[in-house]
Amino acid sequence: MLSPDSIAQIDYEIAKYPVNQRQSAVMSALRIAQVEKGWLSTETMDFVADYLGMPAIAVYEVATFYNMYNTAPLGRHKITLCTNISCALMGAPEIAEHLKEKLGCGFGETSEDNRFTLKEGECMGACGDAPLCMINNHRMEGFLTPEKVDSILEELK
Amino acid sequence: MVIKGGEVIFNTVHLPESWKLSTYVANGGYAALRKILSEKTSAETIIAEVKKSALRGRGGAGFPTGLKWSFMPRHFDGDKYLVCNSDEGEPGTFKDRDIMQLNPHALIEGMAIAAYTLGTRRGYNYIHGEIWETYERMEAAVEEAKAAGFLGDNICGTDFSFHLFNHHGYGAYICGEETALLESIEGKKGQPRFKPPFPASFGLYGKPTTINNTETFASIPYIIREGGQKFLELGKPNNGGTKLFSVSGHVNRPGNFEVPMGTPFAELLEMAGGIRDGHTFKACIPGGSSTPVLPAEIMMQCTMDYDSIAKAGSALGAGSVIIMDETVCMVKALERLSYFYFEESCGQCTPCREGTGWLYRVIHRIEHGQGRPEDLDLLSDVAHNIGGRTICGLGDAAAMPVQAMLKHYRHEFEHHIEHGKCMV
Repeated sequence: MLSPDSIAQIDYEIAKYPVNQRQSAVMSALRIAQVEKGWLSTETMDFVADYLGMPAIAVYEVATFYNMYNTAPLGRHKITLCTNISCALMGAPEIAEHLKEKLGCGFGETSEDNRFTLKEGECMGACGDAPLCMINNHRMEGFLTPEKVDSILEELK
Repeated sequence: MVIKGGEVIFNTVHLPESWKLSTYVANGGYAALRKILSEKTSAETIIAEVKKSALRGRGGAGFPTGLKWSFMPRHFDGDKYLVCNSDEGEPGTFKDRDIMQLNPHALIEGMAIAAYTLGTRRGYNYIHGEIWETYERMEAAVEEAKAAGFLGDNICGTDFSFHLFNHHGYGAYICGEETALLESIEGKKGQPRFKPPFPASFGLYGKPTTINNTETFASIPYIIREGGQKFLELGKPNNGGTKLFSVSGHVNRPGNFEVPMGTPFAELLEMAGGIRDGHTFKACIPGGSSTPVLPAEIMMQCTMDYDSIAKAGSALGAGSVIIMDETVCMVKALERLSYFYFEESCGQCTPCREGTGWLYRVIHRIEHGQGRPEDLDLLSDVAHNIGGRTICGLGDAAAMPVQAMLKHYRHEFEHHIEHGKCMV
């Protein structure tokens, strides 16, 4: 169900916890599964549940509780824009408008060509670089301007 | 973003590859750990030194670290855990990210010293979900420390063993609350636990656990190396040491600044390049979004330490200074903050789950020209009925900004309600 490489990564995470605490690796396992599959289908979550010896419902609870898991299919790239206070002070609303106009979709939506899903995010803990966004959960871009946004969009084919 | 170096934590940030083990060791790193191991320093001596330093928890609560360490049962027969809270998600706070990014070994050494003192053999560093690159940096630093014999079995050739692991979060502000964080490490939803029992008796996997903030741990090597007295003297009585202040918002040079506790706010503002050009200083949230806002004239009289900011009616929190100039509409600012708490409430306690949404909806309608004259009393009432009535502090954190905004900027809210639009 998951690739041998993903399984090896999950095993590395499991080894961080005491032997009878495999469930502690669920957040990492879901993250690794999501990187491979793009989003977390019920089938993927059930696989993670079996692999860690957890009830499936406990895995669903985790996947729906934390903001960075994708529990529905989405565009090829996910852009999460922080609009919280420090980013808002530094122009996040203008960046949001620019992104919506360029992508032709609003927060929580996917562009028509399926390239981008736009999300509104909460504080990412890097307010000195405001305004900022996260691309596909693992890359952060700060000091955003409309021009910088354009070049990021251009780069993400 | 600007990084201003200091004596305790950012002492090597001017050096190339400050995050490398070799840089850390060349500048006195791991000397404190080596010293206590070779001298077999007693736990009582170390805790006394930490108490003398007047180090207070840097995560926001300001609880004396030495006292917290003394709560841990030292002669407990069984597993005990040490946990670092690097789940930094309070709007305005971004210091722990830079500690892990620029000086990760200060954190690792601090945790190893704490583990030795408290008798824990296993520790976890819970890292905020959105800072993946920092997680990777910490993973690399832990591997470096293991390879050099500063983590793992038989550290520095002694019988002391400590295994440290990084746990990556995935987007939940509430996991900054220490018992929610423990639930999260256990692989569950991050919902805070009832206290008591406190983590020192029932923590991770139900075992005695000590949890400190990243900056707190990263201050420990200096205290052991240079002495608690010297750390104390860097700051002021009851507010020992230097502190990292994260300055964001309407300043010319946002960034992290390591300065002595008790530094006048005006000096910190100047280091951050002052208010952005052509504008005037209106208000400041001094310790992260949960702390009460203070008008500029009050803030300019404060010094940056727990006692001075508390006296002015707010809190130093995690040292997260959000600066606002005269263009900011306080109704709009509060609307965004209230949305944050509504979005991040874990849903466990009714006053918070329902109350945060209620606060947001009322402020939203005021901001959008549909406020009613009775709304300000309603806001006070709802805020009052959340505060102190929930399992954890998120409810209070949602209520406090509302009360402070109404106290200092009531006229802006009244103007919005009366005229249906903003006065700034």
